[in-house]
Amino acid sequence: MILAALGELVVERSGVLNLGVEGIMSIGAVAGFAAAHHSGSATLGALAGLAGGAAMALVFGFLALTLAANQVASGLALSIFGVGLSGFLGKPYESVALAPVPTLPVPFLTDIPILGPALFNQQGLVYLSWASLAGVVWFLYRSRAGLALRAVGESPASAHAIGYPVIRIRYLATLFGGAMGGLAGAFISVFYTPVWAEGMVAGRGWIALALVVFATWRPLRVLAGAYLFGGMMIAQLFVQGSGAQVEIPSQLLSSLPYWATIVVLVAISRDLNTIRLNSPAALGQPYRPDN
Amino acid sequence: MLPRLEARAEPSTAMRYASPLLAVALTLVGGLILFATLGKNPVDGFRVFFVSPLKDAYGIAELLLKATPLMLIALGLAVGFRANVWNIGAEGQFIIGAIAGGGVALQFDGSASPLLLPSMIVAGAIGGALWASIPALLRTRFNANEILVSLMLVYIAQLFVSWLVHGPWKDPEGFNFPQTKMFSDAAILPVLVEGTRLNAGFLLALAVLLAGYVFMHRSFMGFTMRVAGESDAAARYAGFSAQRTIWAGMLAGGAMAGIAGMEEVAGPMGQLTEHVSNNYGFAAIIVAFVGRLHPFGIFLASLLMALLYLGGEQAQQYMNLPSSISKVFQGMLLFFLLGADVFVNYRLRWTTASS
Amino acid sequence: MLRSARETNGALKPRLELVGIRKVYPGVVANDGIDLTVMPGEIHAVLGENGAGKSTLMKVIYGVTPPSAGTMIWEGDPVVPANPAHARALGIGMVFQQFSLFETLTVVENVALAVPGVSDLGTLSRRIVAVSERYGLPVDPRRLVHALSVGERQRVEIIRCLLQAPKLLIMDEPTSVLTPQSVDKLFATLRQLAHEGCSMLYISHKLDEIQELCHTATVLRAGKVTGTCVPSRETPKTMARMMIGTDLPVPRHGAPIVGGEVRLRLSGLSHPSADPLGVDLKDIHLDVHSGEVVGIAGISGNGQKELLLAVSGEALLASKHPMQMMGIDAGRMRPGRRRRLGLGFVPEERLGRGAVPRMTLAENALLTAHRHAMVKRGLIVVEAAAAFARNCIERFSVACSGVQAEARSLSGGNLQKFIVGREILQQPKLLVVAQPTWGVDVGSAAFIRQALIDLRTSGAAILVISEELDELFEICDRIAVIANGRLSPAKRTADTNVEEIGVFMSGMWPGLPPDYEATHAA
Repeated sequence: MILAALGELVVERSGVLNLGVEGIMSIGAVAGFAAAHHSGSATLGALAGLAGGAAMALVFGFLALTLAANQVASGLALSIFGVGLSGFLGKPYESVALAPVPTLPVPFLTDIPILGPALFNQQGLVYLSWASLAGVVWFLYRSRAGLALRAVGESPASAHAIGYPVIRIRYLATLFGGAMGGLAGAFISVFYTPVWAEGMVAGRGWIALALVVFATWRPLRVLAGAYLFGGMMIAQLFVQGSGAQVEIPSQLLSSLPYWATIVVLVAISRDLNTIRLNSPAALGQPYRPDN
Repeated sequence: MLPRLEARAEPSTAMRYASPLLAVALTLVGGLILFATLGKNPVDGFRVFFVSPLKDAYGIAELLLKATPLMLIALGLAVGFRANVWNIGAEGQFIIGAIAGGGVALQFDGSASPLLLPSMIVAGAIGGALWASIPALLRTRFNANEILVSLMLVYIAQLFVSWLVHGPWKDPEGFNFPQTKMFSDAAILPVLVEGTRLNAGFLLALAVLLAGYVFMHRSFMGFTMRVAGESDAAARYAGFSAQRTIWAGMLAGGAMAGIAGMEEVAGPMGQLTEHVSNNYGFAAIIVAFVGRLHPFGIFLASLLMALLYLGGEQAQQYMNLPSSISKVFQGMLLFFLLGADVFVNYRLRWTTASS
Repeated sequence: MLRSARETNGALKPRLELVGIRKVYPGVVANDGIDLTVMPGEIHAVLGENGAGKSTLMKVIYGVTPPSAGTMIWEGDPVVPANPAHARALGIGMVFQQFSLFETLTVVENVALAVPGVSDLGTLSRRIVAVSERYGLPVDPRRLVHALSVGERQRVEIIRCLLQAPKLLIMDEPTSVLTPQSVDKLFATLRQLAHEGCSMLYISHKLDEIQELCHTATVLRAGKVTGTCVPSRETPKTMARMMIGTDLPVPRHGAPIVGGEVRLRLSGLSHPSADPLGVDLKDIHLDVHSGEVVGIAGISGNGQKELLLAVSGEALLASKHPMQMMGIDAGRMRPGRRRRLGLGFVPEERLGRGAVPRMTLAENALLTAHRHAMVKRGLIVVEAAAAFARNCIERFSVACSGVQAEARSLSGGNLQKFIVGREILQQPKLLVVAQPTWGVDVGSAAFIRQALIDLRTSGAAILVISEELDELFEICDRIAVIANGRLSPAKRTADTNVEEIGVFMSGMWPGLPPDYEATHAA
């Protein structure tokens, strides 16, 4: 989820609102699963997820950027299409299980008491998510290209006027977001629960979108938010697994993360000033240079 | 020679109507290609998907039956979409409407009162509207994005109905299947044509379409919502309340989805199950767009979408394809529509590369 | 004595030559066969009224938009700037009218975006400071742009250009955001630059400025060159004739009505802006009487927008008392109720606020005039709306294809006439107008000004907010100035002059803080 939310964060910073994350993650999940199943390699699965997500983002980019179609509608179309297509493509893989992916303990660091095993005995993609977080922070705030990206999200017309290729920058951001979303999907289907089931992304793409708002478009806060949600999901599973002491039906417990998303959205959105000062001013606005 | 998009001085009216047709045509072509890549004979696929569902009166009745909830929901959503109110959670409102309507049916099980059905309709509408009022309230009070909130509520509604039919509302004589008991006859919508499943809900949907037309195109409230959708600065300038627009848009969508949900349980299903929704709430979004947010367009688009549903079922039955192929078609349709819409405001110009 | 730059470089080849530049947008020919030559060190004016094609021509030169036909010759070689980066590499810099700065970035980040090859912001900051000192353009590189005043933003834009040592600097209406006093400082900077050999294209519609600053001028009208001249040898009248084809129309004033009733009273209006980047209104006092036009001058971004929102009712005040309309406390009143009391309002943005672009004129009549028997039992009376729109089109000579024409199909001037007409036909007791003639052709502008004066003479109270001082002096009976969210006392037009209003515009008028509020409350 960090991956997907980070990806979307970069996209939104360029002023593009891609509501298709759910579809991108679904396709990433099915593509990753299929590749991992046929090749037996989780790494290839991750790469396939990445490629699948990027391909979906390309479709979105063509509609929303090249053709300047409504970004909200295009994103929704991408979600509906992606979820449907993933169900369609994934049919043969239902009830197939993958070998669980072993963790990659980091030498020495795992020996740190308590924190060691918790932080440094993880699957490879988890480390990658941390690395990409650092990468995104560096990119957005320290690199020239990141500055250009923020400029495009702030005012595409001005960026165009001083000579930046707005559409190209937005395409690259969208592709990056798609790749990250696809990777996140593959993480779910290949690493986290190595099975495929239709609809297994189960709204995580939408939650990733909410995370971006929660983080008020700042990458480090995405990490905090993602682990907050992750913790909630695990706690909820844990309570369910612990058996009969608690008399709360599993379905109602499972809906907790969704309620939490709503609560968090409300808590963040009510502060209009924070939203205005941190959100990219041109978010969701199509841009066409005149010619 | 390279194709280049060039802005039209005036948007093309012809294209505005032609682009849904173009999208349908492209979807068909896409479908043929899809069948071919799957190793199926495209012509057979086409016949199974688009022709065989309509071969008899029963098939046509099924088509109208499937189109009914789509029509209702899409119209309700269109009221909101026109005002830039993005209710994406019709699926959840549909489920809650089904629960509310079904709840009334179960509560008065065995009653033969002629008031039972009308009260179920009202309950369904209120249920859906209540569910939609959550994003409306959070949006107007706290500025929370209604897209995300209404979507989250879809998942919550799904889990909620699942809990009901697995738990408190489970039919004690249902062999442990997750479903309620069958409703009594007075709680089932009357069938219109003998020998089919088409019921009075269809007439209700037609009436709603008509009312929707009057509201959107003739009423002042509808006008204020259209202004809000075109430009919120203009709406503020004219003094039209943005809050009222959001409430009206959300509640219209919620109430219509709720009625549709109620009709589903009181019609073809006759009971409440976990899988009451069948994705109608999301498909209706596509119907609303393909129908140009216009009641008559929605009528046609819902027939088309119903055909995709039936075709998917047929393909599953006769061609051994997963039924999610319908969703692929739905997604394609919306993609192509959005793409084709560009030509309402732009035209293709062929230019030489040098200029 | 210094020789002028032009004479010094007379033997050199031109820095820029345009031959037959043509630019066609769908449905509009913005530029048609434009020829123009700029020598090194020359300040060359491009003169023309709004919509004459000046901005389009500059966009072509700066590579923002490609020409449809014609040749551009840069220092002897034909070029077509593919994009602004290319133009900058050639040595062309541009200061935009609506700034191309990014509000949530700092000054130095903004500059870094446009200056290639500098990765270290510290070094860049030092260079910014160096340039700003050399040309007298003080600015702090670490500040966020949204915290800067409009004048400071313009300095950032200019510095951004100067860091690239441009050979040609394009200035698009630079003085519209400056007080008369700052204009003098800017001109000094520009003369210094020209003296160092930098050529300039100076776009303006203000004749006096061009006479003061520019060596030569090219005049555009409706996309075509209608003449070139040496401004110092012309009079404003002769240049105006080249610009608009006829003499400048002068409005007919009726006798002002003295002692009318108070229609709008602002008594200590304070209001924090809803937008964190906006301006807070502080302790504003103003009376507008029936039968007078009161103008509010000021540089944009000093609280005009916020004041208009407060008066129109689009932003409600915390309490109802500080604002009275027609004698009734109105601070908490919604826009609809204010209109029923007799408020009319013409906003600055025509498309998208004053009118809905994709709706017909009949529907746009409905937008604010719906109280005039256009709605019955919740349903729209289509004929009534159409009749109102038709009447408006006739009375205010709006050129359009009829009541079914979409608002966006009208030219700026015609749409403004329609909106002004729509508000006037509702017989307002109080009319508030923002930028009545901004971007409007001279003919329509004269028509609108006359309509406002006639309305005032018939007994309405009118409040006009404008950035065009000339316009305010032409139509207003009294003028006040808004600066930093505060309003100066209103002076009778006859008792004041451009210089005094200019001082006010920089935020200084008698009796102001620090003890202003205290003395006033006493």
